[in-house]
Amino acid sequence: MGLKLIVLIKQVPDIAKVRFDVEKGRIDRSSAEAEINPFDLNALEAAVQVKEKVGGIVTAISMGPPQAVTSLKDAIARGADEAILLEDKVFAGADTWATSYTLSCAIRKVGDFDLIFCGEKTVDGDTGQVGAEVAEQLGIPHIYYVSKINDISQDKIKVMSEVDESSYLLESDFPLLVSVTKDVNKPRLPTLRDKLKAMKAEIKVWHANDLSDVINLANVGYFGSPTTVHKVVIPKEKERQGKTFKDVPGGVNFVLDALEAKKLI
Amino acid sequence: MTTSSEIKKKVIVFAEKRDDLIHPISFELLGKGREIADKLNAELSCVLLGYRVSREQAMELIYYGADQVFLYDNIVFKELNIIPYKHNIVQLVKREKPDIFLFGATHFGRSLAPRVAAALETGLTADCIDLQVDENGDLIQIRPAFTGNILAHIKTKTKPVMSTVRYKVMQMREKDQARKGQIINEATEVPNERGPRIIRKERQAEFNITEAKIIVSGGRGLGTSEGFKLLKELADLLGGVVGASRTPVDEGWIGKEHQVGFSGNTVKPKLYIACGISGSPQHLAGMKESETIIAINTDPSAPIHRTADYSIISDLYQVIPEMIKQIKARKVNRT
Repeated sequence: MGLKLIVLIKQVPDIAKVRFDVEKGRIDRSSAEAEINPFDLNALEAAVQVKEKVGGIVTAISMGPPQAVTSLKDAIARGADEAILLEDKVFAGADTWATSYTLSCAIRKVGDFDLIFCGEKTVDGDTGQVGAEVAEQLGIPHIYYVSKINDISQDKIKVMSEVDESSYLLESDFPLLVSVTKDVNKPRLPTLRDKLKAMKAEIKVWHANDLSDVINLANVGYFGSPTTVHKVVIPKEKERQGKTFKDVPGGVNFVLDALEAKKLI
Repeated sequence: MTTSSEIKKKVIVFAEKRDDLIHPISFELLGKGREIADKLNAELSCVLLGYRVSREQAMELIYYGADQVFLYDNIVFKELNIIPYKHNIVQLVKREKPDIFLFGATHFGRSLAPRVAAALETGLTADCIDLQVDENGDLIQIRPAFTGNILAHIKTKTKPVMSTVRYKVMQMREKDQARKGQIINEATEVPNERGPRIIRKERQAEFNITEAKIIVSGGRGLGTSEGFKLLKELADLLGGVVGASRTPVDEGWIGKEHQVGFSGNTVKPKLYIACGISGSPQHLAGMKESETIIAINTDPSAPIHRTADYSIISDLYQVIPEMIKQIKARKVNRT
């Protein structure tokens, strides 16, 4: 026995190192290393903890370019048992609907599963929509904003879900999709041994033709996406005074004068 | 007059009911929805699902801009169960065929809207901060992305165009009790599908940091939960509240309702004082719109200083007591 656990992962640029060119309206990722979306690390950790508690297999699935293999190897180092990359030119440029469609087709191909875990949102798309859209496409229920996994067994899960001003303790049967927040756990760091092992792991790569029995290619990628980005604007940062002080009493005095002038104190 | 039987365009807004109240975002959506509907010469409707909804509550939606309200009253809507909500909204959309459908980007809205959109095989744009109608009559949906660093303008090819809209960015209209409209009682379909079961529901703390005019926030540099006592003293003196970056919340020094940032609350106070906060992109995404920002950090290369109006490069445990002392002295001098 044991549960079949799926984790949805996206490779994203390290946002701290992405440069946003206000003049040219360009996003420069060249100095930013690619990594697993930080929110997805919590989803992966949740799945791995479930496996450690009740047994099972964790499969990480990602859609992305060929180099996303590195993030899936990282997922293996962090406790996933196997990983699948959905990679094809025709998948590129997908919005949340086309992404969730492609992911749900791949999940169907994987076969039976009990739980799907995903992160609250990504640091590049910021949407938080793909999880619930995958659940709908698969016809299974979902729980969003899960801050705690209270209990897990072979056929049920109990979780806390934060819905605005209320917290709900919910119980669900399987299959189910769970979207976790950063509060759900503290992702472990892989050891050197884990990393070395993961380097040798084989990542399955599925192209569009590998999914031909489960997918309608009219629904994938840029051309299958109902929404399109029409324009990108990089807003100018607010003009700031940028006054710096090293002398504490003098600096505080200056700042308080300024706040007084603005009637803030 | 040419009598082409052109069907009037339709805009529908989802009104969110929480226990006995209608969530204020519903009125904000009606404000924006009215503006869009007027530009498109469209009809603005509102769908309200709840349990024991009073006629007065449905009328409120008309007073705030709706031409009609589709009202569903059933015990399945007593709690926020996604599946019956989704099922009935999907049926309504299939019948009414609106051009535009708007949800509030509350937790519930963000959880419900993607299911509705996926079921209808239509596009959904998340967390919009503005909606505009262009010269072709298309809806331009404007939303932040890349952790709030860019604004993407999005168009949708499918119908209805669906968006979730961020709370507290759209203006609600003045309540107009003279407005007339229709309330249509709808029959609820109760789907067989069962979603997760609610075992217990708890109200969160009433504290809401997004309402605060002044926020004194602490980060990793505080070093200990004790540090928040000092920040509280300053916040009380200024008539503000205490906030935090991710680290103190993770460390359990303070509750997550105080957290400011991409994964916490987005705030826009008149004054934000960042103490011992380095300024990660995730934190900046939650506070960079603040009117005035003061950064207190020993590290001169900390990114927070680039977003600050005033930076004091020193230990917060020296700066804050000095600030408290000087504010008290000023208050004495003034009286």
